[in-house]
Amino acid sequence: MQNSLDKLKSAFREALPLPDDANYDQVVYGQTNGWDSIAHMTLIAAIETQFDVMLTTDELIALSSFSKAQELLQQHGVTFE
Amino acid sequence: MMLNGKVCLITGSTRGIGWATAELFAQHGATVVLNSRASDLLEQRRQSIQERFGTAVIALAADAGDPAAVQACHMEIFKQYKRLDVLVNNAGIMQDALLGMITGELIHSITQTNIVGSILHLQAAARLMTRAKSGSIINLTSIVGRVGKEGQTVYASSKAAVIGMTRAAAKELAPKGIRVNAVAPGMINTDMTLQLPEERYREALASVKMGRIGEPIDVARAILFLASDMSSYITGQVLGVDGGMLI
Repeated sequence: MQNSLDKLKSAFREALPLPDDANYDQVVYGQTNGWDSIAHMTLIAAIETQFDVMLTTDELIALSSFSKAQELLQQHGVTFE
Repeated sequence: MMLNGKVCLITGSTRGIGWATAELFAQHGATVVLNSRASDLLEQRRQSIQERFGTAVIALAADAGDPAAVQACHMEIFKQYKRLDVLVNNAGIMQDALLGMITGELIHSITQTNIVGSILHLQAAARLMTRAKSGSIINLTSIVGRVGKEGQTVYASSKAAVIGMTRAAAKELAPKGIRVNAVAPGMINTDMTLQLPEERYREALASVKMGRIGEPIDVARAILFLASDMSSYITGQVLGVDGGMLI
């Protein structure tokens, strides 16, 4: 069974063209290749599906990096070891 | 059974076209999510559908113009069903005023419900539908959004905006498998039409080529078609349901 971190990475890989050795600490909206406004909605759908949550519009807009995604998911009760 | 098992949200569904659509959807096996501003009628409508059609039905009170309420409505749908297959963006208000009598308050209230509310529901629905990579959104516009009408500058503007919204969203959502269409009713026998002065009512009726006022069920059937897989290759269209007013 995947842990939360793996699930989040999996969601990012599903939505963005990330290399296998991607440094997730540096995955940022508008800077990471392919993470534009269209991919953003696909990413949100992938994250929501992986974690069975629905983010608010404010959270959706605030989700601007991999680390920010972790922070927002923690507010929905997801724990990252 | 054109909507068997599909989760369908119909805004403004306690009266008129919204209510006729809710009944028709229930008859076709849909899981119906009723919505309107909070009222005793909303719960009565929920019970009525449950008793007559035996389909799953819930009632969610939310003012279409209130962003927090709309968000909460879709959150509840997510909690209960994890998905949304059809949105009928029907909630709307109409108030006539000649140009010189249009107040800021009138502009705000019509804009907030008819445009902002529709966009908020569309936005939230699209997010739920994106997960399934399928869905159908039907926005209710009006014949006056296409041809205008004296005394309805604000209302007609809001309904013209719904047409633009439909076409823009259809382009954006087509790659995600989500269809967005609009229905443009003409003169339909609803509470809104009954607000017309008698002379205006007669004039409007005279322009209907089919010679009769439309009934809410006439519009509901067009909505059902666009909601169902029968229209699986149709998006970005505005379907007039007006008895030939525009031909």
